[in-house]
Amino acid sequence: MDKFLTVNAEKCTGCRLCEQVCSVMHEGVSNPAKSRIQVVKWEDEGRYIPMICQQCEDAPCMNVCPVGAISRDKDLGFLSVNHEVCIGCRSCVNICPFGAMNYNKSTHQVFKCDLCGGDPQCVRFCDVKALEFVGSDAVVARKKRDRALQQSEAAAAQS
Amino acid sequence: MALDRKIAYIDLTTGKIEIKPIPLEARKKFIGGRGLDAYLLYNHAPKGCDPLGPENPLIVSGGLLTATCASATSRTHVMAKSPLTNLLGSCNMGGFFSAEMAWAGFHHLVITGKAEKPVYLWIHNGEIEIRDAGYLWGKSCTDAQWAIREELDDQEIKSMVIGPAGENLVTYACVMTGIKNSGGRSGMGCVMGAKNLKAVACRGDMDVKIAHPVDALEHNKKFIEQITSAKVNQTQGTLGTPFIWGATNCWGGVRTRNFQYNQMLYADEIEPEAIDDIATETMGPHHMAGCFGCQVHCRAKYKIQTGPLAGKYDEGPEYTSLGAFGSEPDCKKAETVLSANHLVDQYGVDNLEIGSIISWAMELFELGILTTKETAGLELRFGNDAALIEMIHQICNRSSWLGGVLADGGIPASQTIGKNSFDYLIQVKGMNNLHSDERATPALALNIATASRGSDHLRSRPAIDLYHLPEKVLRKIYSSPIPYDGPLSSEHTEYVGKPWQVFWQENCYMAVDSLGICKYHTLFLGATLPNFEDWPEVIYYNTGLEFTPEDIWAAAERCNNLERMFNLREGLKRDDPFKGDTLNHRYFDEPCRRGAPDVVGRTIDREKFSVMIDEFYGHHGWDKAGVPTAETLTRLGLKQEPSHLV
Ligand code: SF4
Ligand code: SF4
Ligand code: SF4
Repeated sequence: MDKFLTVNAEKCTGCRLCEQVCSVMHEGVSNPAKSRIQVVKWEDEGRYIPMICQQCEDAPCMNVCPVGAISRDKDLGFLSVNHEVCIGCRSCVNICPFGAMNYNKSTHQVFKCDLCGGDPQCVRFCDVKALEFVGSDAVVARKKRDRALQQSEAAAAQS
Repeated sequence: MALDRKIAYIDLTTGKIEIKPIPLEARKKFIGGRGLDAYLLYNHAPKGCDPLGPENPLIVSGGLLTATCASATSRTHVMAKSPLTNLLGSCNMGGFFSAEMAWAGFHHLVITGKAEKPVYLWIHNGEIEIRDAGYLWGKSCTDAQWAIREELDDQEIKSMVIGPAGENLVTYACVMTGIKNSGGRSGMGCVMGAKNLKAVACRGDMDVKIAHPVDALEHNKKFIEQITSAKVNQTQGTLGTPFIWGATNCWGGVRTRNFQYNQMLYADEIEPEAIDDIATETMGPHHMAGCFGCQVHCRAKYKIQTGPLAGKYDEGPEYTSLGAFGSEPDCKKAETVLSANHLVDQYGVDNLEIGSIISWAMELFELGILTTKETAGLELRFGNDAALIEMIHQICNRSSWLGGVLADGGIPASQTIGKNSFDYLIQVKGMNNLHSDERATPALALNIATASRGSDHLRSRPAIDLYHLPEKVLRKIYSSPIPYDGPLSSEHTEYVGKPWQVFWQENCYMAVDSLGICKYHTLFLGATLPNFEDWPEVIYYNTGLEFTPEDIWAAAERCNNLERMFNLREGLKRDDPFKGDTLNHRYFDEPCRRGAPDVVGRTIDREKFSVMIDEFYGHHGWDKAGVPTAETLTRLGLKQEPSHLV
């Protein structure tokens, strides 16, 4: 998979619109507990960090699943849970390093981000672009430029 | 479903809690939020009740659209009889509280009685518990919120709290949620304090079912574009509300040194751009915070950089804090504004009221009406930054004679201080004015004089009046949903046609407050922003309820009349200097001294102002005394009130 969901927490305003649209999109209800993205906040420092599934290449959730219920979509690259197979042991919830595998108390099923079939709604609604759905090469190129600029500015300041 | 959120009646004296559904009929007639609150107050507050007595109901609510898939729908509204004005008390705040309350199952709480000892309410997934708040008493607004999270071991709990100002019964104590969201006006925090209620804490994960999720989502996208495409909201999203301060100060529309001048000189350090620099430097290039689901994100995050509070984090300072702690007392240091802003957030007190009342005391001091004897040696002069900060402490803690007097509110304080101190109190219905000067803008003057909660810039302000929009545009806005072919003027200094604009805005803001959305998401500062025509779809897709623009208008008119009826019942009289639709005499007698040519020399014309009030009453269907006529009450279905529908 080339494209992935990136987070730039510096830009996030903590509005939680992403949580809202995610739960409405997937469940038809507004309920942040059923959102695949969740914004973690340190309010007394003004720090807001959206947490999402990274669709890990070597995915702990997939690796740990004792019944092989988690598999990767060939075209879009996201990992999904096959509820026909899933036994609800929640090992995946436990092992995910990002808290991105969630548990739905009403359906008693685990759930996770499926990139909304290639058009992630959280990205579409986040006006400040704290969330983006981009290719890794684009991210790398941008980071290189930013870092290079910083270094050259630092060098200029020293001379 | 948003419509299945409940109403809870909580009696703190007996501990009895009753939970009821909200009938659809009540939704149709009063919508929710502030509108339904007005109905509940009119029905549940006994006539002439003591604002600090157990019978005064404290009503807390979210709007009809709260926690749905509509943009910025998490305004919390609080209503009770006000200890500051002895009339309608009402405040409205942003943040995340009411959305959490909706996920916990509730849209309205009616809290009566008085607990024996400090308590707080814990609302969780349909259940309500009254809990001991002994350990919270005395804590600042933010410390109290964090302590509740610790006690219940859940960092996602949202609470509405009071700080020491509310506990000490400062009559203009506010309610707070989060770091910065304050329900400021009219002393709702004081009512909580009188009930021994430190906090209402909520947490829930109950579904709010969206009636038509796909349409709601798509429509919200369109709605957000409409809202964020307005230039005014883009500026708001980078500088916050202070961006208007710079413009109004340059023009000569702010009040400084109580009411002596209408422009602050040498204000460089507290100009919005200067404040923005400070905020930016501490929090990185993207430094704004937003309320639930809001893409306008109007609050800057900052750390105080110098002085005794250095290192403290807060949000703002908003437009009001710049005026209350900058222009009114004529204090020119950014440190002062940022520190005072932080202190009022911690004490839980209305920034606007406290800044205004201290500035009034400063003028009294300079006039010799107050002396160092009453101030215990404090040189309470304009421009004395340290004295301003000191007075904030003394008022919120009631720790000195003068602090205690000023904590009682403007009118009682003027009675205690005596002499002609009342003449200098810039208030309407006992509530101090915003730091703005309306002498060049009769429409805005009419707005503050007639607002139902006392002097107020958020009840009916036709703020776009200052844009000089072509009359054609004004006509398009103000002739819908109810046709209007009377006069309209795009000239802000005019009197004609303005009463209709104020009347229209009054209905518009009532609808917004009842839906639970924020005023920056309606026709407040931008002519292209949503109003009556735009809401039926939002309501329908989210809740399934069908309204026409005319239905929303009628409901808003009905609720505004209920607020009027409440005030009349509690003693409002048109020309009463304490409880009437009047302005301080300085508006009429002292011309503006500074500013642009269209401002200098302006006063409000007494005659014309009185004609405006007649006309304004006429649009409402009120008689010359401001009382709704029998036909009006029949037309709006209010003849049977109080009807105890809920
Ligand atoms: S929508 Fe964007 S700004 Fe808002 S909380 Fe989510 S990531 Fe942050
Ligand atoms: S759920 Fe967690 S472990 Fe699995 S792919 Fe997503 S981030 Fe990785
Ligand atoms: S909960 Fe289901 S998907 Fe997760 S590890 Fe267990 S079986 Fe696999």
